[in-house]
Amino acid sequence: MLKRLFGCIREYKKAAILTPVFVAGEVLFDSLIPLVMSRLIDNGIEKGNLKYTVISGLLMLLLAAMGMTCGIFSGRFNAIASAGFGKNLRHDIYHKIQEFSFTNIDKFSTGGLVTRLTTDVTNIQMAFMMLIRIASRTPLTIIITLFMTFSISAKLSLIYVCVMPVLATVLLFIASKAHKIFERVFDTYDDLNNVVQENLLGIRVVKTFVREDHERKKFNKISASIFSDFTKAEKILSFNQPTMQLIVYTCMILISWFGARIIINSGATELTTGELTSMFAYSMQLLMSLMMLSMVYVMITMAQADAERIGAVLMEEPTMQNKPGAITDVRDGSIEFDHVDFSYKGDKNKLCMTDINLNIKSGEVVGIIGGTGSSKSTLVQLIPRLYDVTSGSVKVGGIDVRDYDIEQLRESVAMVLQKNELFTGSIKDNLRWGNENATDDEMVEACKLAQADGFIREMPNGYDTHIEQGGRNVSGGQKQRLCIARALLKKPKILILDDSTSAVDTKTDALIRAGFKSYIPETTKIIIAQRISSVQDADKIIVLDGGRIDGIGTHEELLKTNSIYKEVYTSQIKGGEENA
Amino acid sequence: MPRPMRGGKKAKDAKGTLKRLLKDLLRGRKLRLSLVFICILISAGAGAAGSIFLRTLIDTYITPMLETGSHDFTGLFHAICIMAGIYIAGILSSFTYNRLMIVIAQGMLRDTRDRMFSHMQDLPIKYFDTHTHGDIMSKYTNDTDTLRQLISQSIPQLINTTATIIVVFVSMCYMSIYLTLVVIVFLTIKFTFVGKLGGKSGRYFVKQQESLGKVNGFAEEMINGQKVVKVFNHEDKARDDFDRLNEELCENATKAHSYANVLMPIMANLGHLLYVTCAIIGGALAINGVGGLTLGSIVSFLQLTRNFNMPINQASQQVNSIVMALAGAERIYELMDEEPEKDSGHVTLVNARLDNSGNICEADQPTGMWAWKSQNSDGSVTYTQVRGDVRFNNVDFAYEPGHQILHDITLYAKPGQKLAFVGATGAGKTTITNLINRFYDIEDGKITYDGISINEIHKNDLRHSLAIVLQDVNLFTGTVMENIRYGKLDATDEECIEAAKRANAHDFIMRLPQGYDTVLAGDGSGLSQGQCQLISIARAAVADPPVMILDEATSSIDTRTERIVQQGMDALMEGRTVFVIAHRLSTVMNSNAIIVLDHGRIIERGTHEQLIDQKGIYYQLYTGAFELE
Repeated sequence: MLKRLFGCIREYKKAAILTPVFVAGEVLFDSLIPLVMSRLIDNGIEKGNLKYTVISGLLMLLLAAMGMTCGIFSGRFNAIASAGFGKNLRHDIYHKIQEFSFTNIDKFSTGGLVTRLTTDVTNIQMAFMMLIRIASRTPLTIIITLFMTFSISAKLSLIYVCVMPVLATVLLFIASKAHKIFERVFDTYDDLNNVVQENLLGIRVVKTFVREDHERKKFNKISASIFSDFTKAEKILSFNQPTMQLIVYTCMILISWFGARIIINSGATELTTGELTSMFAYSMQLLMSLMMLSMVYVMITMAQADAERIGAVLMEEPTMQNKPGAITDVRDGSIEFDHVDFSYKGDKNKLCMTDINLNIKSGEVVGIIGGTGSSKSTLVQLIPRLYDVTSGSVKVGGIDVRDYDIEQLRESVAMVLQKNELFTGSIKDNLRWGNENATDDEMVEACKLAQADGFIREMPNGYDTHIEQGGRNVSGGQKQRLCIARALLKKPKILILDDSTSAVDTKTDALIRAGFKSYIPETTKIIIAQRISSVQDADKIIVLDGGRIDGIGTHEELLKTNSIYKEVYTSQIKGGEENA
Repeated sequence: MPRPMRGGKKAKDAKGTLKRLLKDLLRGRKLRLSLVFICILISAGAGAAGSIFLRTLIDTYITPMLETGSHDFTGLFHAICIMAGIYIAGILSSFTYNRLMIVIAQGMLRDTRDRMFSHMQDLPIKYFDTHTHGDIMSKYTNDTDTLRQLISQSIPQLINTTATIIVVFVSMCYMSIYLTLVVIVFLTIKFTFVGKLGGKSGRYFVKQQESLGKVNGFAEEMINGQKVVKVFNHEDKARDDFDRLNEELCENATKAHSYANVLMPIMANLGHLLYVTCAIIGGALAINGVGGLTLGSIVSFLQLTRNFNMPINQASQQVNSIVMALAGAERIYELMDEEPEKDSGHVTLVNARLDNSGNICEADQPTGMWAWKSQNSDGSVTYTQVRGDVRFNNVDFAYEPGHQILHDITLYAKPGQKLAFVGATGAGKTTITNLINRFYDIEDGKITYDGISINEIHKNDLRHSLAIVLQDVNLFTGTVMENIRYGKLDATDEECIEAAKRANAHDFIMRLPQGYDTVLAGDGSGLSQGQCQLISIARAAVADPPVMILDEATSSIDTRTERIVQQGMDALMEGRTVFVIAHRLSTVMNSNAIIVLDHGRIIERGTHEQLIDQKGIYYQLYTGAFELE
């Protein structure tokens, strides 16, 4: 999994490698400077030699300038590499999501996918930044420091060697404990995102029922659980710093004790007081480095949980994929359902559609009528393969939909969904979803057919009017007509309207259907509707009930043979008769 | 989107934001923070004691022992024990402040989120209609997270640094005023650099957070609309758009971090420059005997310079997180500064009963009868029975200035009447209902409820007295029962089931795998649109308010089911006022009055029969509706 993640570095590999290289230069110059410094003091200042002071001062400045150059480069490359890495990660995740089927998406939830794209990636990006900069700097510093201490006194330095394994064990133990909790924390983030999102979507409901306090409580619960989990995990990690301090301070005490003994016992031959001072200084440096390392360590521990979450998305197999050698040409708009059973969960015992058999010729107009929850929408969603059948087969143009290239299949099937979604952008932007290269004339033509041209022209900026997210600034009926226009621009072989004129008045509804007849006679049109008037002149009307076909026929036939249809019809006519 | 460009403006606000952030941090945490402060000082002191200790060790023990040749280590041992004690104190205090800081930091994040959410609940509908959801969501996660590092790491580091710098600076002044002047000059240069680079970096961090919000917004919108994306084969376009935003984010992040990263080496090496300058000037001064400097004191001074540089360099490493946190905080405060819904209403809704003499008085238990309670200026209280009499007098309204939606609307609904709005889409039907419950406030004219202007009624109480069922159903994650209970939080299971039966939702709910305990996902996935509508009607039914607004509430329900629902609703709403918006004329035909709207004006009104006789627009619609005949 890590391999997959680090594979995202790609074009930023150069910067990612150059960063530690320049960091190495920085460390090198940084450790040379103190040497020059001590000579400046010993040979320059203390001896009152101004010339020497100036010369070694200049040497030091030269080293500093080089160190700074390295530092600037490493900083710059570091920023490029980490931001680039983050970008590629987001890119890969988002592209992966586009391959997902709805089964895949449901598994992660919208909030979960959004958290991964932002919060999780940001955490990894920061950890990566630390990793290639600090994490290359500190080990190097530690090695140089250890080298220095060994050259002073190998005996005393053994203390460090004894202590290191203890340190490593403790750190690993801490990390593994904290990791478990961090995994949970980020899942709670998903919940947080979901709650906020739901609140935003349903804010009208919240306000209508004056449920602000109820929502606050719901939110507080989640933010409290983030608080408690995060605190727990960080509390475990908080042992890091004191542990390091404990170990380094122990080393210093031991060095003082043994150092003093060595000096005195050897009469300052084996070790001088000056060297002991240096040992001390190096220990301090070691402590600083270790502290930095522990900070990076914390970030990496956290990032590990993020990485796993992202990995889960990147490694997820899309449940719907093109077969090799998929067919790209959809011959015509004929549709056939052959003993189709369907369940959203893929569970044969919980079918919501049973044994559907249908035969629709290309160019036919088909109406679908049925009670609430009779699986009308489910049926038509199988045609552009939004879901796969549980058993049986759906054929378009005589070929099983699973044998088509998905993109080509959906190119030929336009569907206006029941829950109409418009996106932030101008009306034109939204229309272009149907056909990216649509000319203004084509758009106007489609809008005229969908009876949308009139109200669009009345808007302050006409076709350039800005649509808010979800189309909140247009009414339900306007939204539906825009969605129909958008679908028409695709010039599809099959057009499916899933109850998409429910908020449009009957007269307009009739005009839209009349337009279809003259503008796209070749296209197979499937119309799901509540109003009999919307389907009564169809070539074929399907009556669905409880996931089964209850009857197929023309309006007249069904009136005679189908009791459900007749009941629906009379329920809609009766009012009229009473008042006629 | 009405969002002004504000790239440059923000960096200037940094000081104000920081102040506000600190104020929020201090609120209710003063005691703990002072404890943290003390612990940091102890911990830093323990570190400093180390270097002093070594000097004592050498001067008081090792050197004399070397000179005398003594091998008595007891004194030394004692000294080391004392040192160990100091170190332990240091470790303990650093452990303490680390732990305290975690609770403080996480507590602050939690408070920030809670306060933000709480404030958001009070914002007017307009705010939600004009901001992308994902961008708002980003404030709760990405922006709030930026505060974490600031509080748990940067602030302790800064306290540590400041303390060290003050101590060192005082010693420096004590040693040589001249050299200290040099140091001050350098400090000024350093801080100018920090200011310049930090400011630059800050601007890009603000941009980074904004880009992040945009990415969040885009992703949220697209994933929610994934079905449309798929239906239109829009995956590639969605990818391209995402990549563009992603590229923008990457650019801003690179710039922001570049400036911040570069700051560190520059600071460190400026420190070296200071060191060399001090050495040369000090050397020259000492050799020429100016300012009473000895060579020894220069050496000590140089040592101090090193000690001085170290904490400053460390602090400059925190620049990233500080600047980033300020950028995040600014976006958070942006939301918190949004003007909440105005509510100057003083009339409240109370349970009422009739006393012995037939006057209305307040009841402390639900009685099924409600009254408006208004406090008069002379201190007396007037009760008006809630009956559901809603009147519009010459109401004008525009969502955006200059683009008027409603013109001179005058209408009345007497208690118990069913009033229907009919008209082409965009005629202003939904807008009218948005005004009754004050999602938006009218510009001109007056709306009264039982004779009281709705502006005088406490907003929450006004909304309590109305229930609205919207065309776009929003259910919440939770069981079916919980969703119905949303209408009345203290409703019993029986009441909820009763409401579901009335909405004709009971049968299909019982067919769900776990009946009323079936957990619904937030978008109601797994249920059809019509089923969602039935649940939302049950939700309104359980609220049982005096006035009900049905805005295309049954548009996705088949006509057979609708009839049954309507019978249930009619029974429920007997004696109450109902506003209905529907396209299906069959839904509105039996209304007491039908109002035909066109372009925000009332063009016809009357009962079904009267309108048919008029042979106007309604008649046309009506005949159009029955073109099948």
